[in-house]
Amino acid sequence: MTIGLFIPCYIDQFYPQVGRATLELLQKAGCRVEYPLAQTCCGQPMANSGCETDARAAYAHFVDTFAPYDYIVAPSGSCTYHVRKHFDILEQTDTVHQVRQRTLDLCEFLHDVLQIEQLDSHFPHRVALHQSCHGLRGLRLGPDSERREQRPNKPTALLRMVKGLELVELQRADECCGFGGTFAVAQPDISVKMGRDRIADHEAAGAEVVTAGDMSCLMHLEGIVRRQQRPLRVLHIAEILNGARL
Amino acid sequence: MSQHATKAHAFLANEERANWHDQSLWMVREKRDRASGQIPDWEQLRDCASGIKDHVLANLDNYLEEFEAHALANGVQVHWARNAAEHNTIVEGILRKHNARRVVKSKSMLTEECQLNEHLHRQGIEVIDTDLGERIIQLLEEPPSHIVMPAIHLKKEEIGELFHQKLGTQAGATDPKYLTEAARHHLRARFMESDAAITGVNFAIAETGGIVVCTNEGNADMGVHLAPVQIHCMGIEKIIPKAEHLGVFTRLLGRSATGQPITVFTSHFHQPEPGREMHIVLVDNGRTEQLGREKFRNSLKCIRCGACMNTCPIYRRSGGHSYGATVPGPIGSILTPGQDLKRYSDLPFASTLCGSCSDVCPVKINIHEQLYEWRQEIARQHELPASKRLSMRIAGWVLASPARYRFFGKWARRALQWLPRWMVYHRLNAWGKGREMPEPPRQSFKEWYQNEKPKQS
Repeated sequence: MTIGLFIPCYIDQFYPQVGRATLELLQKAGCRVEYPLAQTCCGQPMANSGCETDARAAYAHFVDTFAPYDYIVAPSGSCTYHVRKHFDILEQTDTVHQVRQRTLDLCEFLHDVLQIEQLDSHFPHRVALHQSCHGLRGLRLGPDSERREQRPNKPTALLRMVKGLELVELQRADECCGFGGTFAVAQPDISVKMGRDRIADHEAAGAEVVTAGDMSCLMHLEGIVRRQQRPLRVLHIAEILNGARL
Repeated sequence: MSQHATKAHAFLANEERANWHDQSLWMVREKRDRASGQIPDWEQLRDCASGIKDHVLANLDNYLEEFEAHALANGVQVHWARNAAEHNTIVEGILRKHNARRVVKSKSMLTEECQLNEHLHRQGIEVIDTDLGERIIQLLEEPPSHIVMPAIHLKKEEIGELFHQKLGTQAGATDPKYLTEAARHHLRARFMESDAAITGVNFAIAETGGIVVCTNEGNADMGVHLAPVQIHCMGIEKIIPKAEHLGVFTRLLGRSATGQPITVFTSHFHQPEPGREMHIVLVDNGRTEQLGREKFRNSLKCIRCGACMNTCPIYRRSGGHSYGATVPGPIGSILTPGQDLKRYSDLPFASTLCGSCSDVCPVKINIHEQLYEWRQEIARQHELPASKRLSMRIAGWVLASPARYRFFGKWARRALQWLPRWMVYHRLNAWGKGREMPEPPRQSFKEWYQNEKPKQS
């Protein structure tokens, strides 16, 4: 089994440490991982702005790049969701269909495919999980607060395997952080206000660290934390699962 | 900035008030969570309601005719209106026939949509909205900011001041009980002197020809029972096939709207009292067109509970008036572009596509997916701002090629490293308004993977 590692564009450019943590984590779990150098982006920025026709070439390029792999794993619920949900405008050849089906979020892959039960990592801190909307309501990585249903929360299950880590409860368990892709710049006032409210919730819960399966939410939250010079730290879930230290 | 963004900016200027608005609506959302949690088969109930509505929409022509036949047989007069203007003319005609000058109305988003009050007012007919919230905003001469709680944007101090001016209550009074009592007395007099009563319709049952109105204040009943002529205005999508289906919806409606097990009044109207008249006006006003749009059809399943507004993190932080539409919030943002794409083209973008609206919706409308689809439609019809269109075209061009992606990525990072702060954080950088840009690393992941990683192993 060979995994094609998909590192979303903004992680590649701004958060290489998240890409490294993902790669190491998968390798430690015994996977053969390749990172195809031709990869660019899933096309979501254009599509969410209404311009999915402009994203079509990026979609096709993604499919070509990742077609050879058994699984395509990304440290992002949002980009994964986009591939699975919105690559429907391509002609649905067998290849396209397979690539869409085999693209998994990191937590999903660890929980469902590898079914890992323990992790060799230690993170003695109070951590709050920000559940990214596309991971939660798009990929159903866990139960959301709106629906009345039982299902495992995959990121939480993984975080519970980290020794010393204390998960804190939030007042609003799964409210959106306000990033929303181009929404963040099209509606900066609401976007920032939503982010500030999320941070306040995390701080009130006594969290030292906020983590998430999506770096895009964290990029937004971190931008506010840094602007306001608050002590809250921001780490992608891959970093914590891979044994990061503060 | 878009219209919605501009109005949201103004709404958020008073942060304390915005927090209060957010928390008031979040409280309603939490009530809804508790109420829905009391029903073990909540999700099945949603499935069931969604299925019934899908079935109705697929057979709407037949059900409408069945409904009309039964209503006529009950002695009801049925009218068909293609659009808002026809609806208003029909209602005006009925009122004129009865020489009605004073009309009491019970909450109806449809008459709001058709701007019936304004029309009748111009004809010299007085319309009094009799729901407390509706009456408040009518006295204030404001549109509703929410479809279930139209005055949710107002504080009790403001209502106290309004009532002091308009109804003569004590200055400075804020006790909700006192103010409600004052409104009650004021409205009681209007009910007694009314010549006609108008209500909206929550459900119209094809099998019986009867209609159902859900209220918490009993004002629909009081209006109808006291006035010599009753008029019920409904969108054609309000049909359900059989009486036995009603329970599915009433169980969902109250719980989703306000967290109540059921609305206080569920009033059934089937026929006029002897010597009186009962009219039903069936209104299309763009619904048939929406029904013809495959991707947006199921927005017509909406039962107007308002749960998507209460849960929407953007609605809560921008207020109902920021949408500039009769039905605000997520559901409004998928209904209004179908009515006037140009005018409402910014609304599908007033969302992060978080999907909370779709999961809270009692009839399972895929609201956030339709928001996404409207965005595509708006771009297709060239209603995107030119700057956005161009930047997306460029982004698509860059991201389709590994070489271009690498080149631009590298230079963007370098620019962030080298440029002085004032050249990064300026008026045009919307990200930088309340946030720092990410700190650009020396190497991208790709560069590290190519250059550094081979040295490690």
